[in-house]
Amino acid sequence: MATSIDISDLDIYYSDFLAVEGVNMTIPARSVTALIGPSGCGKSTFLRTLNRMHEVIPGARVEGKIVVDGHSLYDPAVDPVEVRRQVGMVFQRPNPFPTMSIADNVLAGLRLNTRRLKKSDAEDVVERSLTRANLWNEVKDRLKKPGMSLSGGQQQRLCIARAIAVEPQVLLMDEPCSALDPISTSAIEDLIHELRTEYTIVIVTHNMQQAARVSEDTAFFNLAGAGRPGQLIEMNPTKKIFSVPDEEATEAYISGRFG
Amino acid sequence: MTTTAPPRGETQHHEHVPLRHPRLPRWAPLLVAAMAASAGGLLALSLGWGVVGWVIVAALLHLVGLPLWSRVIENRRAAVDRLVTSLIWIALVIAFIPLVSLLSTVVRNGASELTSTFLNNSMRNVIGEGGGIYHALVGTLLITLGATVISVPIGLMTSIYLVEYGALSRLASAIRFLVDVMTGIPSIVAGLFAFALFALLTGDPGIHFGFGGSVALSLLMIPIVVRSAEEMLKLVPTDLREASYALGVPKWRTIVRVVLPTALSGIITGVTLAIARVIGETAPLLIIAGSTDSVNFDLFHDQMATLPVFIYYSYTQPGLNPEISRGYAWGAALVLIIIVMALNAIARIVGRFFAPRTGR
Amino acid sequence: MSSTVTRTRSPRRLGDLVFSGAAFGASLTILVALAGVAIFLIIQGIPALGAEPSDLNGKPNLLAYTAPLVFGTLWAALIAIVIATPLAIGVALAVSHYAPKRLASPLGYLVDLLAAVPSVVYGLWGIGFLGPRLVPPYEWLDQHLGWLPFFAGPASTTGRTILTAAIVLAIMILPIITAISREIFSQTPRLNEEAALALGATRWEMIRLSVLPYARSGIVSAVMLGLGRAMGETMAVAMVLSASGVVTFNLISATNPSTIAANIALSFADATGLKVNALVATGLVLFVITFVVNFAARAIVSRADRSVSR
Repeated sequence: MATSIDISDLDIYYSDFLAVEGVNMTIPARSVTALIGPSGCGKSTFLRTLNRMHEVIPGARVEGKIVVDGHSLYDPAVDPVEVRRQVGMVFQRPNPFPTMSIADNVLAGLRLNTRRLKKSDAEDVVERSLTRANLWNEVKDRLKKPGMSLSGGQQQRLCIARAIAVEPQVLLMDEPCSALDPISTSAIEDLIHELRTEYTIVIVTHNMQQAARVSEDTAFFNLAGAGRPGQLIEMNPTKKIFSVPDEEATEAYISGRFG
Repeated sequence: MTTTAPPRGETQHHEHVPLRHPRLPRWAPLLVAAMAASAGGLLALSLGWGVVGWVIVAALLHLVGLPLWSRVIENRRAAVDRLVTSLIWIALVIAFIPLVSLLSTVVRNGASELTSTFLNNSMRNVIGEGGGIYHALVGTLLITLGATVISVPIGLMTSIYLVEYGALSRLASAIRFLVDVMTGIPSIVAGLFAFALFALLTGDPGIHFGFGGSVALSLLMIPIVVRSAEEMLKLVPTDLREASYALGVPKWRTIVRVVLPTALSGIITGVTLAIARVIGETAPLLIIAGSTDSVNFDLFHDQMATLPVFIYYSYTQPGLNPEISRGYAWGAALVLIIIVMALNAIARIVGRFFAPRTGR
Repeated sequence: MSSTVTRTRSPRRLGDLVFSGAAFGASLTILVALAGVAIFLIIQGIPALGAEPSDLNGKPNLLAYTAPLVFGTLWAALIAIVIATPLAIGVALAVSHYAPKRLASPLGYLVDLLAAVPSVVYGLWGIGFLGPRLVPPYEWLDQHLGWLPFFAGPASTTGRTILTAAIVLAIMILPIITAISREIFSQTPRLNEEAALALGATRWEMIRLSVLPYARSGIVSAVMLGLGRAMGETMAVAMVLSASGVVTFNLISATNPSTIAANIALSFADATGLKVNALVATGLVLFVITFVVNFAARAIVSRADRSVSR
């Protein structure tokens, strides 16, 4: 059921300041799309409009359309609360709820939606989510321990398990490995590779090699100039972006001439 | 990798909020509030309940009505969210009612008392009209001054020790902790201490004098001075101190000539706030400073009247003319509130306008 | 050359010695003062152990004299806390998470204004305004809920009951609990709040998941500080309460327990001999109780600080 995302003429504002302008792209279903670009070009801002987290900042708004599964996300009749359940997010730094156990962390999102969760169902969900997140074997004996007792890489996988426990269609990842060591990074990249069969994944990354490793398509964002809004420069299959990109700016970024 | 999970989004346990669903218009809370107010008003009128009853009924109607409407149109979780939002705003309103009520009551009852007779005369030989608070004003001024003279040096030097000398030592942590605990000493205990101390020292079990009040008040002032001065001293950048040391200036001179002047406005703010806090204290003065009808300029002998104690006795022991006496109490209360608010305002102004420009 | 160096060293060292000694001495004064409070109260309080019933309002011994006062102190403070805490948390959340940013600091300042009002003025307002206004509700409670021991009545005609005093106390301690809670709520890590929102939580659900668990120990500490303040409050209770020293749970009648602080304030001026010592003894008890409560409150905060900074 994972679906594609269609973005048309998207302008992203912080109050009156135009941060990103004129984005048009289609994110294909059940695949991994990487967003790359230099710091401050708006890729994280863009990512956060896909699950309506951008508007949490006072004064932040968007103009344009984002369509997921035939539904326009910014339609007035649409509840952002449900958008965020259907479009999950994993953050740059792992953020399990500090006062909760591992099991409770996984179930946190589910408990919001469900009045009465039977114990057996809860246990099923915990095992299923942690297994999908490649964390089950490491924590199955200590589900009651605090979520913060895990290592950084494990915490991030816990956050992924938490995100997928509510059965989203899309998974957004905002530089998920930037706070992790290389071994944990590699574990997460393997995980992303497995998850893409079931979810549409959009990942923002600073690391071009990572983008080349995990994604099928890549979108390159850049600033139009100093003080100008960010723009989508080019979106193409990853292999093409990293060998013969269409745009000169893309070529310059890839080969490290700026960034 | 997929397990035999039921098709996503349709698991029987999950009451997922549908993506699109009818939502209450943005002006819904205001509409409900207006309707609750009118319905409440009608009800209160018909039952003869008055303003208070009206407000309570209207609030209850709003608290029940909005979430109910939301539950019907939107969903359970949105209804709970709206209920909590309403509760929180109601809490805010409830919190301000006493402040408004108190200030308006004091102004209403006390404003007419503020005549020049009131401010310039004491109660000496006065029965009924013609009395004033001059003696109480003098007493409050002197006793508070005495408390300040004791508290500021001790408090300031202690904070200097905590920031400049003791820093992270265990003794400093212990002192810091105890200063914090000291802020919780009940004012009446401070008064009892001053009484016990001086009763023992002078051998007079009925000792009453103004300076004892100063000692009691300084017990309450010192923790406030220490904490605020400590914060201000910590704000002075280390670079400033190091620049001074590098010029060969000894540590104590650095503190006196460089650190203190930089932190001065903040320290003055803290001291002013501490004064504002103790100037209204009654209990310790009841015990050790006592009360009198005449002006007394001597801190070290005899009882001394103060504004808070004057208010207390005028109202609770009004004597032959309760109306007039109670009027004096309200008038004095108004004067006291004006003084406290003025001190608070001065503290803020000093803090804002005289702070050294950090320019960062 | 070396002689000039050693010559100029001494005056500097002396100045530093004097100054640092003064600073250290000032700090020790704090310790001495606290110890002094305890010591002098004990010295003046001990003789009361031998007090006669004539000094103790007819009570047979010091314990029988003090116990009802301790009851009244704790009871009034407890009611005040029950009233103030939900309000304070609501106000703190309003300022930290619900009000528009521009309103947040004026609102906070206004709540702090409640703390600036002197307690004697609160007492005046309580006895002169609030008490009489509460008589109709008390009569209503007596009529309709009189079967509960709290509202057994008969309702006081002046409104000067322990419930009125507790309400005034609640208003007085509201700013303390609110200020500390507000501080803590604002410090909830943004990352945890976003984690909750990204899972699809409503604002209240986000507060329940991220803000309140984070603030738990801080709220406990704030409430305990409020409790300490309520127990030590003198004038508002002394003026509002019409006390007869009984031990009762009746909230609306004209016979009410008294608190330690109010009792001292009311009786001290006319007390002589061992009666004075008895009052000082009760003051010592109050000092110990509030010291313990404050100590515990601060200890909770510092323990929480240490575990977070791990």
